[in-house]
Amino acid sequence: MSKVVEGLLYSESHEWVKVDGNVAIIGVTDFAQSEMGDITYVDMPDVDDEFNAGDDFGALESVKTSSEVITPVSGKVIARNDALEDSPELINEDAYAAWIVKIEMSDKSELDAMMNAAKYSEFAK
Amino acid sequence: MDNQLKMTCLHDRHVELGAKMSPFAGFDMPIQYSGIIDEHNAVRTKAGMFDVSHMGEVFISGKDAARFVNHIFTNDVSSMPDGKILYGMMLYPDGGTVDDLLVYKEFAPDEYLLVVNAANIEKDYEWMKSNCEGFDVKIVNASDSWGQIAVQGPEAEKAVTGALGFASASSLGFYEFLNESVQGERVIISRTGYTGEDGFEIYASAATVCRYWDELLKAGVKPCGLGCRDTLRFEAGLPLYGDELTAEISPVMAGLSMFCKLDKSEFIGKEALAAQKAAGVSRKLVGIELSDSAVPRAHYPVELPDGTVVGEVTTGYHSISLDKSLCFALVDSAYAALGTTLMIRIRKRVFEGKVVKKRFYQTKYKK
Repeated sequence: MSKVVEGLLYSESHEWVKVDGNVAIIGVTDFAQSEMGDITYVDMPDVDDEFNAGDDFGALESVKTSSEVITPVSGKVIARNDALEDSPELINEDAYAAWIVKIEMSDKSELDAMMNAAKYSEFAK
Repeated sequence: MDNQLKMTCLHDRHVELGAKMSPFAGFDMPIQYSGIIDEHNAVRTKAGMFDVSHMGEVFISGKDAARFVNHIFTNDVSSMPDGKILYGMMLYPDGGTVDDLLVYKEFAPDEYLLVVNAANIEKDYEWMKSNCEGFDVKIVNASDSWGQIAVQGPEAEKAVTGALGFASASSLGFYEFLNESVQGERVIISRTGYTGEDGFEIYASAATVCRYWDELLKAGVKPCGLGCRDTLRFEAGLPLYGDELTAEISPVMAGLSMFCKLDKSEFIGKEALAAQKAAGVSRKLVGIELSDSAVPRAHYPVELPDGTVVGEVTTGYHSISLDKSLCFALVDSAYAALGTTLMIRIRKRVFEGKVVKKRFYQTKYKK
C-alpha cells in the first residue's frame, strides 16, 4: 500500500502539489515511484520555462521505462530540485520530500480540479 | 489475470518470492524480485538464476537431420562434434530473420536439439515443418515438457557443481553441453547464457527444475527476472529477437554475419545474404554512447547534427555496469562507422552521441 500525505493535492497522473501562497511545489506520488521502480534519471525543465496545465515539464527514467511528469497548473518555473540530478533515488526514498519543481501559478483556480488525499487514496488503489 | 497466459513450472515460486509479474511471449513471467539493479549486479559479481522455462525445445532426428538443419540454419552443423552448440538464425528467403536460436549436436548420430525464443515457438515449428519436404526427418516440439533455469555469473560454476552436485559441469567449455542421468531422467547442462558472464543453462522436467531452483535459492543464488536479463544481454552486445533481429532485419544488417556461413552449399536466405554482402546493406545496427545520462529508448529517432533523421533506437538503457547511457540503433549505413557523431532525440531535446562497438561490456565467457 503506497503512502498518501494529508494536506497535499493530487493529480490523476500521480503528481502531488503543495501550495505555498502563489507557488505550487510539485513532485510525484509514492504510488508513482513504486510503480516505476529504481529511478535513475530525472529530466527537469529550466528555471523561467513556462508551462500550461497538462503540459509535461519533465520525465522520470527508471531502468526499464520513462514516464513524463505533468504539471497540473499553469505558470513559470521558479526553482528546480537540483539534488535530483545526482541523486534521483531520493524520489524512491521519500517521494513527498523529493519535490521536482516550484511553479509560480498564473491561475490558482486550476487547483480546484485536483484531488485531496482521501480521494487520491481511493483513486490510486 | 489474462486466462490465455501460460505459466512456467516455477510460477508459484515467483509469486511466493514477491516477484513483479508481467506477460512476456504469452507467459506470465517475473520481471523483477528485489530490483533490476540489484539483480543485474548479482549476476555481474556473484550468481543469479533465471526461469527460462518459456524457451522452446525442438528435437530434429532422422537420416537427413544434418542436411535439414543446415537447410534452415545459417551456421554450419556439418562438422559439429557431439556435445557442441552453435548459435545462428533461421531466415526467410529474402534474408529477414525468422528467429535466432541455438543448435545442440546430440550425443547420437543424426540428432539435434534446437532451442528457440518463447515468442516464436509456434512460428518456428511451423516454419520447420513447412520446409522439410524432401528430407527424411522427424521434428518434435517438446517445449511443454522441458523446464529450464539459467545460472549466470562468476559464481555460477560453484553453484552448479556444489549446490546441484554436477561436478562434471566444470569440464565444459563455452558452448558445450553434457547429459546427466538423474533418477532415470535426462538433464542437460549447457555452458551458455545471455548475460555476458560465465554460466550454465540447465534443462530438465518441471519437477526437477523446481527442485534445482529450491536448491540454488538455498545456496544463495539470487532469483533474477526478465528485467535484468535484458539489461545484461544489452550490455554484452547480444541481440533480442523482435528488437535487433526481425523479419525486416537480416543478420548482415545486425552485424551477425559471422554466424552465417555463405560457403555452405545452401540454406534458406543464402542468396539474399550474399547479395546484401556484395551490394552492402542500406541500414546497419550500431552501438551509440551518449554524452549525457538521458536515456534513449526503443523507437526514439536518431538524427544527424542538422536534424536529418537517419535511423531509430532499437534498445537503450542507462547501463547499470558502465554507468553510461547507451543504445543499439538501426541507422543508414553511411553513418554506421565507429566514431560517427549522431544525435538522439529524447522527448523535446536532442543529445549528442557517437558510434561505438556494440559489445559495451567486456564479456567474461569461459574459454
